[in-house]
Amino acid sequence: MIAERLTAFVQALRANGLRVGPSETVDAAAVVEVLGLAHRERLREGLAAALLRGEQQRAVFDATFDLYFPLRVGALETPSTEVAELRDRLAAALTANDQAAMALLAAEAVQALGRYGNSPASDGYSASQTLDRLRPQILLARVLAALRADRDSAPDFTERLEADEIRRRIQAFRGMVGTDARRRIAELRGTDRIARRAVAPTVDQIDFLYAGRDQLTELRRAVRPLSRKLATRLAARRRRASHGEIDLRRTLRRSLSTGGVPLRPAYRHRRPQRPELVLLCDISGSVAGFADFTMLLVQALRAEFSRVRVFGFVNRMAEVTELISPALGSSAQRILTEAQVMGLHTNSDYGTALGEFADRWLDAVGPRTSVLILGDARTNRRDPNLPALRLIAARARRVFWLNPEPPSLWDSGDSAATPYASVVPMHPCRNARQLGALIERLLPV
Amino acid sequence: MTTGFFTSVDEVTTRLAEAGYLASTAVATTVFLADRLGKPLLVEGPAGVGKTELAKAVAAVADARLVRLQCYEGVDEARALYEWNHAKQLLRITAGRDETWDRARTDIFSEEFLLPRPLLTAIRGSEPTVLLIDETDKADVEVEGLLLEVLSDFQVTIPELGTVTAERRPFVVLTSNATRELSEALRRRCLFLHLDFPDAELEERIVRLRVPGLDAALAASVVSVVGALRAMELRKHPSVAETVDWARTLLALGADTLDDAVVRATLGVLLKHQEDIGRATEKLALA
Repeated sequence: MIAERLTAFVQALRANGLRVGPSETVDAAAVVEVLGLAHRERLREGLAAALLRGEQQRAVFDATFDLYFPLRVGALETPSTEVAELRDRLAAALTANDQAAMALLAAEAVQALGRYGNSPASDGYSASQTLDRLRPQILLARVLAALRADRDSAPDFTERLEADEIRRRIQAFRGMVGTDARRRIAELRGTDRIARRAVAPTVDQIDFLYAGRDQLTELRRAVRPLSRKLATRLAARRRRASHGEIDLRRTLRRSLSTGGVPLRPAYRHRRPQRPELVLLCDISGSVAGFADFTMLLVQALRAEFSRVRVFGFVNRMAEVTELISPALGSSAQRILTEAQVMGLHTNSDYGTALGEFADRWLDAVGPRTSVLILGDARTNRRDPNLPALRLIAARARRVFWLNPEPPSLWDSGDSAATPYASVVPMHPCRNARQLGALIERLLPV
Repeated sequence: MTTGFFTSVDEVTTRLAEAGYLASTAVATTVFLADRLGKPLLVEGPAGVGKTELAKAVAAVADARLVRLQCYEGVDEARALYEWNHAKQLLRITAGRDETWDRARTDIFSEEFLLPRPLLTAIRGSEPTVLLIDETDKADVEVEGLLLEVLSDFQVTIPELGTVTAERRPFVVLTSNATRELSEALRRRCLFLHLDFPDAELEERIVRLRVPGLDAALAASVVSVVGALRAMELRKHPSVAETVDWARTLLALGADTLDDAVVRATLGVLLKHQEDIGRATEKLALA
């Protein structure tokens, strides 16, 4: 019974993109045997130790674990159905930061407020419906007041941090509601099916085009580790390359002095070269998340290039190099407000933008420059202006076009992917993992 | 197969606490499993959360010898495993000039001329041992290959002598700051623990344990400010070590409550980048 559950759990992890081999499964079984099932949190940590290989997999693991080893099964016996009463108790639990009480309240709330449908086939539980009705966010002021009333001493410095702290607790409670709603649906529809659908992917597999706001924040956080990883890999590559290869011509010439015997081989060391990089980013709404992330990544790798210049456009081109800083909020937003990237309308227009670049900034591109064009090539049925792109490609060392859309969508509707792809190589680039691999290929040595 | 230091998760928690290491559920559980299943424990996490301290604490409570291999770029077999004592070998050869070649050759590759380095030391001993392989991610990929043999079978092959197998399995802790991706093969041989910043309650206990003179209310305030800093987007978040440093600083300054002036004056203890300090000042609304 437990063996079946464990293998089903491992299967679900695999279905969600975690690489778990048979030997890990055996380890996990040993863990269950050693720890027993009495302590749920210990079991969670133990299984995580045996099955996980990195912290970025943890969110997927936790969500799946909650489905296969649920906190409780079935319905609660005496749930309260009064919204007002639930809110009162939730306020108390938030004030005390009582995790167990919050988890219990989440389950009660889902049962009382989250149910929808009235036939067995369409029945279900919805986390968003629960939260819409309960509205835990309105408790903030109440909890703060309660905390202040409890305190006998004069208010001190930490008081100004309390609001944020309570917001985090409320956010945690929202997560608990989501977990319990998924558990209830899983009981209705079968755990395996829900586990494959309802669990969010790991950060590096989030699709740029469909990323929500939370996920974009997470992606931004992934920039630094990813850039560091790329930079160390590059350092290793340089070290290996510095051994040099034999320079045949010079070795032969040297061998003349020893009667044709090549006693002293000559090596050819490639002169280290840092490429220049020019980024042309479509920052219109549809692909902004992708451009934003790529700009941050390139910016973080600045040391690897001798020069990085970033241009943004919707339908007009503007240099935005100075506006990008990894420390600040969304760069794309700043660019939209501070740079002249839009003309009279707000639709993206690749032809005009490329033409403008070719007119005004062509000297930014030279024989050492790699040009990256980021965008979905959806030009709203305007002239794609291929000559401008040809002009750029002729001057640059290499040009790559990264397209966040899957190739199956290229050329559908107003996409000018194929015409552009006939001039410069176009790569699909849908998530951080693919982007990392592409940037690595661009880097020197 | 087990190293046999502990008999239950609770025992791990209490004994580590006696040695001054307050373990979370995750830490206690994985330490117990590593001990029980005889597998190495790979500890990853930001700097200053107590990865190395964990190995030291385990060694202290188990009354075991701590063997430490500090990895760095360029660490090699000779530094990690063993070396031949060439000087002594030369002396041996010169000392016995008139003996036959066969004797001389066999002699100079014997135990006597072997210089064991941390990995071999940890495997050969018969007393309880904790092997700490620190900052594994700093070492080159070749060293990982070396570790594979050591960590999966707890044996080392010396071409001239044969295979040395551990009589008694050491308790192995590998630490990594994840600056480089460790190989799949190495990860598969280990139990994985991501050691993160502790939750507020645990951190408060740590601060009070390490800085005994600190007032309880002030300790709570310290932890909540550090928590707020960690929630910000900073280049480097304050670690536990820095929380403790800050608490000590406040104690030394004789501050009994936090106010704008004190926090502003001491923020440099927590944050190590000027732009982080600027950002924190703004976000905390320091007057």
